[in-house]
Amino acid sequence: MGKDFEYLEHTADAKFRAYGKSLGEAFENAALAMLNVMVDTGSVKNTLSVNIKLAANDIDSLLFDWLSEILFVFEVDEMVFGRIKVNELNVSDEECSIYATLFGETIDHSVHVFDTEVKAATYNDMIIEQRDEGWMIQATVDT
Amino acid sequence: MSEANVNSVYDILTKINDNTWELPGNFKPGMNVPGRIFVSKTLLDILEKETLDQVANVASLPGIQKYSMAMPDAHLGYGFPIGGVAAFDKDKGVISPGGVGFDINCGVRLIRSNLSEGDVRPKLPELLDALFEAIPSGVGSKSRIRVNDKELDDIFIHGVRWAVVNGYGVEADVSHCESNGTMPGADPSKVSIKARKRGRPQLGTLGSGNHFLEVQYVDKVYDEEAARAFGLKEGQVTFMIHCGSRGAGHQICTDHLQVLAQASKKYKITLPDKQLACAPAESEEAQDYFKAMICAANYAWVNRQVIMHWSREVFDRFFKDEFGDLGLDLVYDVAHNVAKLEKHTIDGEQKEVYVHRKGATRAFPAGHPEVPEDYRSIGQPVIIPGSMGTASYILKGCPAAMDITFGSACHGAGRVMSRKSAKHELSGEEIQKELKSQGIIVRATQPSLIAEEAPEVYKSSSDVVDVVHNLGIATKVARVLPMGVVKG
Repeated sequence: MGKDFEYLEHTADAKFRAYGKSLGEAFENAALAMLNVMVDTGSVKNTLSVNIKLAANDIDSLLFDWLSEILFVFEVDEMVFGRIKVNELNVSDEECSIYATLFGETIDHSVHVFDTEVKAATYNDMIIEQRDEGWMIQATVDT
Repeated sequence: MSEANVNSVYDILTKINDNTWELPGNFKPGMNVPGRIFVSKTLLDILEKETLDQVANVASLPGIQKYSMAMPDAHLGYGFPIGGVAAFDKDKGVISPGGVGFDINCGVRLIRSNLSEGDVRPKLPELLDALFEAIPSGVGSKSRIRVNDKELDDIFIHGVRWAVVNGYGVEADVSHCESNGTMPGADPSKVSIKARKRGRPQLGTLGSGNHFLEVQYVDKVYDEEAARAFGLKEGQVTFMIHCGSRGAGHQICTDHLQVLAQASKKYKITLPDKQLACAPAESEEAQDYFKAMICAANYAWVNRQVIMHWSREVFDRFFKDEFGDLGLDLVYDVAHNVAKLEKHTIDGEQKEVYVHRKGATRAFPAGHPEVPEDYRSIGQPVIIPGSMGTASYILKGCPAAMDITFGSACHGAGRVMSRKSAKHELSGEEIQKELKSQGIIVRATQPSLIAEEAPEVYKSSSDVVDVVHNLGIATKVARVLPMGVVKG
């Protein structure tokens, strides 16, 4: 499979594809793709952790909530994350849910170099699909 | 863009006149109305085909009136195109957060002064440093002021009026904001705790991306009478603020988009793109969004007002002793990401419609009751910021806007290059150096941010403005050139 995520061309916003052997891994890489628009997640020391639990009606909504929640925690707790671990991911026709841990540290502007701000996740051109070699998530975030 | 792609845009569109092209109603299945793309040939040559798809998607929403429109600066967005305008019947139409965007009431304001370019130039670097210091900018920037929940409610409900009462500005500022800086109908109970948490620490912050504070001077006046009414004259220093509702607005849109995505299913609305999630305009879901959107719109006006107030303080500190009263009056403040309930004449009949402007500026003509009294014989000031380092324009709204664009005009230059390509192809340091050689100073938290917003990544603001001018939607009053930019 090679890379964990890659960016696609989009005139105004940031569009990416994230990959994973499992759907959970693709969710992890989608989060990292979004965070890397703002900051090099490689520069982050993963000393603190935050747990996230979310449920939604369908998988698209869960992905939207997932990315939105990470942006919320980033902004309100002033934390940046370098590693994402999906502990549980359940997908069924009735409900989809995720339980994950974000690893990172408090934002320190002398260490973390910030780039463009991601304003929000969007549903635009969202694709979540299973392929022979694993899962692919395509998403666009508003910058 | 490849030759094939250019041809395909021409194959799809029908020319109505030099600046108007029709996207036929049969371009995509499900379109309720045709599209209208207001561009010159120059701008059409650089229009992405995908933008037309987005215009067509909007045309398929229930109750859309006349046309799904794209202003001359239109480009690919999410859901609606950027530069998209659509009006929906109050009774049979919808309200869609995708037609407003996440940055609710992103907008621009222009402030005039009694200073001339020569007065400011010698102190420009220090002035820019002081503005950069006074106005928090960049990712996650936090303000010097913290508001509590009660104050946040007041901000959501009273908008700019709250700011003036609390010492951020003067009474005259109120009437020089679109909607007097306060859209009526806000309901803070429709705003989530999350949005409040994001909103509390960010009042008076620029944010990031294409947001800026720019020190400028008027280099050309096209319309003496209108310029006089707006208090503008050649050689005069002005400053401009471009930003929106920050995290509060982003979260309000995020929260309600989820509700409306479910509501679309409930009301059996077929969506060509889930980002166009919507509900019947009078439904509870749509109205809840609209009331929360108004809270964000009012927050955004306060945000720009506080930034203006702090900027006025910086100008005073630098120039008041030498020049006395600086006359730092607000010329006008426009919203360019918002939905509003307005009255428009459609096929000879006056109707109430929800006009969605996503990257489009209201452009009401002379005589319209929404135009401030002191500008009413002229028309509403329409402020069109250029890209970093290029000219911005002040226009006046004209009667043709009411006839052809639901009282709307363009909102800026419009991107042509992605942020990704810009960073890859351009060097922030070199652009900064190049601009400096033109006498333009740029302050930013990161050089790469300068690359993203470089003049090369945007269409020419003069090409864009020429289209609205030639269509008679909004005509040119004055042009301002940048002297220094504080980049968000």
